[in-house]
Amino acid sequence: MRVRPARLLMYALLIALALFYLLPVYVLVNNGLKSFQEVSLSRMWEPPSQFSLASFAKAYNRLAPNFRNSLLLVIPATLCAAALGSINGYILSKWKFTGADFVFPLLLFGMFIPYQSVLIPLVQFLQWLGRALDIRLYGSIGGLALVHVIYGIPITTLIFRNYYATVPTEVVDAARIDGAGLLGIYRNVILPLSMPGFVVVMIWQVTQVWNEFLFAVVITSNPARQPVQVALQNLAGSQIVEWNVQMAGALLAALPPLLVFIFLGRYFLRGLLAGALKG
Amino acid sequence: MTTIAHAHARPSALARVRLRRDYLLSALIVLPSVVAVGVFVYGFIGWTAYVAMSGWNSFLPDLSFVGLRNFTELFQTPRFQIDLRNTLVFTVTFLIGCLGVGLLLAVLLDQRIWGEGFFRNVYLFPMSVSFIVSGTAWQWLLNPSTGVNLLFEAAGLDRLKSPWFTDPTIAIYSVVLAAVWQMSGFTMAMYLAGLRGIPDELREAAHVDGASEWQLYRHIILPMLNPITLSAVIVLGHISLKIFDLVFAMTGSGPAFSTDVPGIFMFETTFRGNRFAEGAAIALVMLLMVAVVVIPYLVWSTRAEREG
Repeated sequence: MRVRPARLLMYALLIALALFYLLPVYVLVNNGLKSFQEVSLSRMWEPPSQFSLASFAKAYNRLAPNFRNSLLLVIPATLCAAALGSINGYILSKWKFTGADFVFPLLLFGMFIPYQSVLIPLVQFLQWLGRALDIRLYGSIGGLALVHVIYGIPITTLIFRNYYATVPTEVVDAARIDGAGLLGIYRNVILPLSMPGFVVVMIWQVTQVWNEFLFAVVITSNPARQPVQVALQNLAGSQIVEWNVQMAGALLAALPPLLVFIFLGRYFLRGLLAGALKG
Repeated sequence: MTTIAHAHARPSALARVRLRRDYLLSALIVLPSVVAVGVFVYGFIGWTAYVAMSGWNSFLPDLSFVGLRNFTELFQTPRFQIDLRNTLVFTVTFLIGCLGVGLLLAVLLDQRIWGEGFFRNVYLFPMSVSFIVSGTAWQWLLNPSTGVNLLFEAAGLDRLKSPWFTDPTIAIYSVVLAAVWQMSGFTMAMYLAGLRGIPDELREAAHVDGASEWQLYRHIILPMLNPITLSAVIVLGHISLKIFDLVFAMTGSGPAFSTDVPGIFMFETTFRGNRFAEGAAIALVMLLMVAVVVIPYLVWSTRAEREG
């Protein structure tokens, strides 16, 4: 088969664009792997003469406690939001109680708002509720997890509702005729079909919560209690931290969602498109 | 809900009672979520609006009502005027960038490309990393004394060297570049999904009719992608109207507030300056901008769903 020049041009364009998208990765990896002596702004693009993990070690030492905080944040925030999204999505797609059509768009609006517009009351509320219950909410990972669960409800409900819409209503009706109730149908019919929905929702929520910055920086001010993105921002904004350590740190903070993307990209994409409502 | 009861002829009295009980139960189950979102979204927005009309501009809460004074003062603040202009410039260029690049990538990937999955993942992976991470990387890539300027130098393209975000006249475009790098994969994915939904028969019919590849795209395929463009504009537009992390990590306010945006102004005013009423006023302006874009879209898409 003769290769047409138009196709060659197309591949050239695809590769050039791919190189552009990979530029930041190259810079982060390349300079993260250099020894402290070798790092130099004027030789940013030159590969290291010998690999050194010193920058990664230093970045990891700085970020390790915050990594743990992020894990402690992401796990409950993801599990709770996914569970709520599943049951809400089931009800809003299969049990359209009076007012369901009115409730759903009101829920959805919650995922578009700029969170700045709720921050001041949120801080006051967490302080007040913490005092009332005698637990630390404002300033703690637990409080931040609660916030992520609540503001995660709209998107998890949306994804599950769209997912359950593909389950034929006849299946639910048949179970009803067989005498199954609302919870019985959920447990025996809907939940066994829900695995792909949970995968999409949990990947979405893990990525969102891991990457989120505004809530985290406002709610946790003690550096020991901050999630990894806030710690990275402190590291990268610091004048005294070597820039190769900043790059190693950025790579470390990006690693979990990157791994999720590499291994479960298909589901990541589905969550992404669901966010555009008509996925 | 009544259609279900009617669909099955004469359900027994017991079944009807159970069904009614289940509908009650269904409302009860979503109630906690509805209440939580009601309080945390609508209640809090209401409280923010109240704070924005109060005199709480120091550390000590002062909730005396001052009307719209915070807003009138805000719109007269030079920094906020710059912020609004920056938001407009950022949003327009960011949208053009993402739509253009995303469409180009999608059309290229739709040509039965060898290694399509690889290329698609390369264009899409920036979506999965945080704005803080990409801000950190781009801050160094666009640092005038290193990064891409070194590449231009090595390639003999010294004319392309730029002061990037250190020059107030173009600083905002440096942030747009990073934002397009991060988000164009989203438009690519949406357009690609749209292109894959167009039946092959349509393309073949156009070719049989003697249409060139260009005419096929210009007159048949692109118009079919219009609904996708609309969705992308809404999603990306609302993200850019409330952009915060990327700018915060990459440039902050920039020289002469050249990369300042309402999100940063609000954060600093409220949590660094303890001027809560003023911060609440900025937040409300942000909310209004987003609402103008999002609410018609929500109404349109829920109505389309009900009719479809």
